[in-house]
Amino acid sequence: MSTAQLLVTAGGVALIGWVLWYFFLAGRAGVAARAMGDDVQRVRIDVQGGYTPNEVHVAAGRPVRLDFFRNETNPCTEEVVLPAFGVRAWLAPHETTPVEFTPAVPGTYDFSCGMGMVHGRLVVEPA
Amino acid sequence: MSAPLAPAPAPTEADPVRCDIPVTGMTCAACSARVQRALERAPGVRSANVNLMTSTATVAYDPAATSADRLVAAIRDTGYGAEPPAAPRAASERVAERDAVREAEVREIRSKLIVSLAVAAISMVLGMRPGGMSGTGSGERWLLLALTLPVVLWAGRHFYTRAWAAFRHHGADMNTLIAVGTGAAFMFSLVVTVAPGWFAVRGVPVDVYYEAVAWIIALILLGNLLEARARGRTSDAIRRLAGLRPAIARVLRGGREHEIPLDALRAGDEVVIRPGDRIPADGVIVDGASTVDESMLTGEPAPVRKTAGDRVVGATLNRNGAFRFRVEHAGEDTVLARIIRMVEQAQGSRAPIQRLADRVSAVFVPVVISIAIATFVIWFDLGPDPAYLHALVAAVTVLIIACPCAMGLAVPTAVMVATGRGAELGILVKGGEALERAGDLDVVVLDKTGTITEGHPAVTDLSGEAPEEALRLAAAVERLSEHPLGEAISGAARERGLVAPPATAFESLTGLGVAASVEGRRVLVGSARLLAREGVDAAALDADAVRFAAGARTVVYVAADGRLLGLLGVADPVRPTSRAAVERLRAMGLDVVMLTGDARATAESVAHAVGITTVVPEVLPDHKLEEVRRLQRNGARVVAMVGDGLNDAPALAAADVGIAMGTGTDVAMETGSITLMRGDLAGVPQAIALTRRTMRVIRQNLFWAFIYNVIGIPVAAGALYPVFGLRLTPAMAAAAMAVSSVSVVTNSLRLRRFDPR
Repeated sequence: MSTAQLLVTAGGVALIGWVLWYFFLAGRAGVAARAMGDDVQRVRIDVQGGYTPNEVHVAAGRPVRLDFFRNETNPCTEEVVLPAFGVRAWLAPHETTPVEFTPAVPGTYDFSCGMGMVHGRLVVEPA
Repeated sequence: MSAPLAPAPAPTEADPVRCDIPVTGMTCAACSARVQRALERAPGVRSANVNLMTSTATVAYDPAATSADRLVAAIRDTGYGAEPPAAPRAASERVAERDAVREAEVREIRSKLIVSLAVAAISMVLGMRPGGMSGTGSGERWLLLALTLPVVLWAGRHFYTRAWAAFRHHGADMNTLIAVGTGAAFMFSLVVTVAPGWFAVRGVPVDVYYEAVAWIIALILLGNLLEARARGRTSDAIRRLAGLRPAIARVLRGGREHEIPLDALRAGDEVVIRPGDRIPADGVIVDGASTVDESMLTGEPAPVRKTAGDRVVGATLNRNGAFRFRVEHAGEDTVLARIIRMVEQAQGSRAPIQRLADRVSAVFVPVVISIAIATFVIWFDLGPDPAYLHALVAAVTVLIIACPCAMGLAVPTAVMVATGRGAELGILVKGGEALERAGDLDVVVLDKTGTITEGHPAVTDLSGEAPEEALRLAAAVERLSEHPLGEAISGAARERGLVAPPATAFESLTGLGVAASVEGRRVLVGSARLLAREGVDAAALDADAVRFAAGARTVVYVAADGRLLGLLGVADPVRPTSRAAVERLRAMGLDVVMLTGDARATAESVAHAVGITTVVPEVLPDHKLEEVRRLQRNGARVVAMVGDGLNDAPALAAADVGIAMGTGTDVAMETGSITLMRGDLAGVPQAIALTRRTMRVIRQNLFWAFIYNVIGIPVAAGALYPVFGLRLTPAMAAAAMAVSSVSVVTNSLRLRRFDPR
């Protein structure tokens, strides 16, 4: 094996390692936020290639309103789906679309784009 | 035979409407208390709660006595500001807005596509010139660079910006693959173009890949264009349903007709309907008669006869008559709006079968990038010369051929099209899970009353020397009775145009029947025992009585002044379509079981009439649930329960698939995992056929999406090269990927043409 081949092989393995680390491990640490409000718990979620915050904490039993601000035209994020609450909302580009529901049961629920590529979590805590 | 839609019952004492009204100008607790007192004193208000912090009044009111607008006026009278509550946006508006955005998207993709296709074609022609190898001369490279630059910076720009946005979130999607693939090819070509000397000095062969970049971007844009169009069509059904709302309504106010926009229509308005009009809201006919085509909501082709007192449902089409009706539900409270909301919710659900696709999608792109890197390394180490060029091309081809979209689209597009098509046929499927379970059914349990039969007694047979006279007199007597049979007899007389004369001296003879004086004659209506006690000879009709009883009819004798006039056979009649529906269910390989509270003889007679062999008679209402559970345990089979959603709700909920029939009421929609808008059994085999077809399409989609990537990626990496010398070019990969995602959506769209027959 030539030096160039050794270098490319080592570089390739390192690069694969970095790709897997960056997308699977480094991405774990999300941005968490707590929905606020006495009556309706509200939080704004920016949608641009992902959700910021991508982890939202709410209390069970009270209405939740997620304001999705879709700041892009990428059709990948044009829909947001909360399967546990029967929500599939279309997000108009560069606009805020409210999604309202009342989580009854504490637990962790997934929300994602229409195709399940972009993910966020809703953590419903006991009231 | 009409089984008209039943809109939600008019709000009653127990059914107030709740609304939130934004209030302005309140600064202290005294202010909110004042507004609250004013609201509580307003007529029709059940309860009011004014929240100072959120500046909102939450009011529960009786819609028959007041309206949100009157409540706003009541608040304004106190000196504070109030706005009418924001109406939830109508489905038609949402659909229109979405269409506009999609249109703009398609237009933009189209112009980008034209430019990149042109560049790709020119590059190809340049490369094919006699004596001119692709981009070998320095001048040619600069020309190709100049041509490709707008493709990368303009037509393909969004791939890079979107990939970057995702990257910052540690995310990767289809854009990432395209951006990395075309980016690598373009940057390498750029270096070769700008600094060819660096390679020449080292004696390394060079090539440029501008043409490949242009082709990839052009073909993927083409795929996006076709996919955007096809995905637009997946919501056609909602668009069509939303389009069933007429734009205006003709309202009677102050004795004159006014044309008002539909949004201004309110409960309580009286609407004038002429032949051919589409009915704008749900309500009750106050005057006139007509036939109404309800097929767009129920899927039931035969138009339904309607007269004063009958309910009409918004979005249905009036045929030849004219009538006036009073609006009970308008706008977002109508059956149509509820159907659309339910379909939208169903489309938001996820089918369990999607979990595998979800798991794969979540790791797909980073894994493909890793495979591409490995491909580069292997070609570089083991490939023929010039190894690094082959390595680059193979890695780019892997990135481009991989198609996460096909996997992401496989299930949701099929669920969307199927739920939409279902709604058009009057089949409302609650979501992906219901769809999936219904696709696996083994047993269908039918609750007899209201599904196989009409659900209320009717006079089915007449006999005797003067049957019409018997019916007329019986109706006269029964007008004063409160027995359910009385309702059936009065109805039968009305249907035949018989006018029941007044009756006097009514007596109810418990357990035997009723008697009264009609037109001076003493009329008896009741059992054989009643006639025997009164000394009336009934032997002449004994044969008919036996025949009626054998057919599970309740036999009612009618006599006047001691002489037998005739017999009435009363039964809960079997719907005319039940037999064909049961046959079809059996032909689909399903076991059909009938459940009923009736005695065995009656139950078996009905079962025989419709061709059911398995009957469970004498089941108390609260034991239906246990019966469903028993069937489920029995060989762990998947059981559907079909009922009217009223007194069989627990059994519907316990079944794997609860099918609520013939109602548009909220209760039924809540209970059933499938709600059928039409009132007869014919919808049941249709619904099951739809779910089976859908599951087949989903499985095809998933199979295709997986197998495409499982075969495509290794081939792109060069798996066939060592043996067959076969390699793909990046442009071929781009074409394959475009075809892959479009074909999944197109396969789902086949469900739009699902034929229920």
